[in-house]
Amino acid sequence: MEDTTIVTESKSDIGHPTSEILHVPTMAEMVAAGKEPEILFWVGCAGSFDERAQKITRDICKILQHVGMSYAVLGTEESCTGDPAKRSGNEFLFQMQAMTNIELLNAYNIKKIVTGCPHCFNTIKNEYPGLGGSYDVIHHTQLIQQLIDDGKLKAEGGESFKGKKITYHDPCYLGRANGVYEAPRKALEVLDTELVEMKRCKSNGLCCGAGGGQMFKEPEKGTKDINVERIGDAIEVNAQVVAAACPFCMTMLSDGVKHFEKEKEMQVLDIAEITARANGL
Amino acid sequence: MIAQVIFILVLTASVYLFSKNVAKIRRNILLGRDTDRSDNPALRWKTMAKVALGQSKMVKRPFAALLHLFVYVGFVIINIEVLEIVIDGIFASHRVFSGLLGGLYGLLIGSFEVLALLVLVSCVIFLARRNIARLKRFSGVEMTSWPKSDANYILITEILLMAAFLTMNAADHKLQLLNFEHYIHAGAFPVSNFLAPLLPDSATALEMVERGCWWFHIIGILAFLNYLPYSKHFHIILAFPNTYYSNLNPKGKFENMASVTNEVKAMLDPSFTPPPAEVSRFGAKDVTDLTWKNLMEAYTCTECGRCTSVCPANQTGKLLSPRKIMMDTRDRITEVGNGIDKQGKDFKDDKALLDTYISREELWACTSCNACAEACPVNINPLEIIMEMRQYVVMEESQAPASLNNMFGNVENNGAPWKYSNADRLNWAKTE
Repeated sequence: MEDTTIVTESKSDIGHPTSEILHVPTMAEMVAAGKEPEILFWVGCAGSFDERAQKITRDICKILQHVGMSYAVLGTEESCTGDPAKRSGNEFLFQMQAMTNIELLNAYNIKKIVTGCPHCFNTIKNEYPGLGGSYDVIHHTQLIQQLIDDGKLKAEGGESFKGKKITYHDPCYLGRANGVYEAPRKALEVLDTELVEMKRCKSNGLCCGAGGGQMFKEPEKGTKDINVERIGDAIEVNAQVVAAACPFCMTMLSDGVKHFEKEKEMQVLDIAEITARANGL
Repeated sequence: MIAQVIFILVLTASVYLFSKNVAKIRRNILLGRDTDRSDNPALRWKTMAKVALGQSKMVKRPFAALLHLFVYVGFVIINIEVLEIVIDGIFASHRVFSGLLGGLYGLLIGSFEVLALLVLVSCVIFLARRNIARLKRFSGVEMTSWPKSDANYILITEILLMAAFLTMNAADHKLQLLNFEHYIHAGAFPVSNFLAPLLPDSATALEMVERGCWWFHIIGILAFLNYLPYSKHFHIILAFPNTYYSNLNPKGKFENMASVTNEVKAMLDPSFTPPPAEVSRFGAKDVTDLTWKNLMEAYTCTECGRCTSVCPANQTGKLLSPRKIMMDTRDRITEVGNGIDKQGKDFKDDKALLDTYISREELWACTSCNACAEACPVNINPLEIIMEMRQYVVMEESQAPASLNNMFGNVENNGAPWKYSNADRLNWAKTE
């Protein structure tokens, strides 16, 4: 896997006209205008460069804009958190990245961060404090759940997911790594869908196969690819939608669906995308 | 009198030998590098009470959990009986607790008997699961003949001990009914009652059976005690300290290497003077590079294989098995410990945990998903060892797989793991 697999979408997937023009403010612009955003949206590398994940990034922005939350991104000032380096054993590179990022975040006086990726979430939340970067960090599924709980976000005015069989795939770095199991499920519960659990879920969830640096290398010799094994679980429960919450899982699960040639029967969608669609954003 | 002397000698010798072997394991564990696990004692006690004493993580597999619970409760409670046996052995008394406890004694012996039966039946089922049903969890590359025999020896010993205990009670009960010598009426025998008809009727023969079983039972227990330090069964002791010293952080939080922090700080800020470095090596090549907690975990592992059975790499046919990581670590630290005993503390050989025991292919198959750590009923974390070894391979040897080296290069030069220019980072906001 030289570069990430880009999932091309059919037109019907994008069939929702953007109701508002997306304006993405950067921290630099904010500071220049003398403003301080309520929350920093940490996009992450996949969310910035991977074509499939870019769509999810835009949907997160649409949700933020829809609820009127003041936010900003770092734009070209953002850099890799260092997670893939650390999990691959390169602590030097990780700490170089971490300290550079922390310097920037502290210079901008950042207090609260929402990430579009569980790996960024985990790294900034757990590993940055020891290097001088302490922030209130949440994952975008937690933000969506909070917005729903606060009554700021509903599932109306968009696509109906009513009666659709949806299963949620727990990303390791959100679930087991940080105990976040309920927020993503709550975000799906408002859709009035049929939420089904795969046999391996929550703390027993099976990895998509991308963590620990695997995203950037060929898997070791084995009898099967992990993502294929995982999509087997989703097929077993006849899911029409596999809900994801991580750009790496998105790539792996989409490839798994392709492996079984189930693209017509089974969609892999991020919770942000589902939420945006349900609200016609 | 001779019996008393023999008993005291055997007891002293076994306790001495056991303490000596435990001290050796403790020494071996402390060969690991230091890590601080002294914070938050309240939460640590709570974790130990919940996970080790309360067996909270066993319940994920309810059937095995129930059988294990019988054996565990049986073991803990029947130890009260062992205390009585030891006192009787030293002072040549017989059922010394019966006088102290009165009517309660019957209840006590009765419940020991029920537990003994449950232990016996559970162990028979456990044996069948391993040797007849051949559960997949109990096989694998690391499950060579010794680990398999070890498991069988433990189960067979427990069956024999429980059988001896029940037979002893049956004979005792029969002697009580005969009003024979010092066999006072004491205890209740809800289980061994059914064994009584199988025993001879003559008092002398019964006394031989009773004494024979008594000696077999207590010597068996003392022998088993001394088997523990050589066996995976040592978990019955180490499960407690191991859960006490659990990692209390979220599983996703990996330790930041302080030695690296100093170097990176010095690189980013030329005015920063790092404190003198004490680490000679980044990451782990051999067991002594690991922390004492990693080594304690290796000795705690009872090879149940729950970690391996949930490992995504292992389930898809890769070489990695988290259980093997723990067993290899234990075998290597034992080897190093034995070497130190023979050649002194500067012992060196041409082996190491990396390559001699654990291959690079195993290390690179890990997805760091934490399923192994989550599954372990005694909070062992094989992932920590894998990560420490990856750090050695990458930072000391620069031997990462080529594709990962590309990724490192991209992160270093472009701030992203892929070859995209940082100037294009916000392009997503311009499309659609």
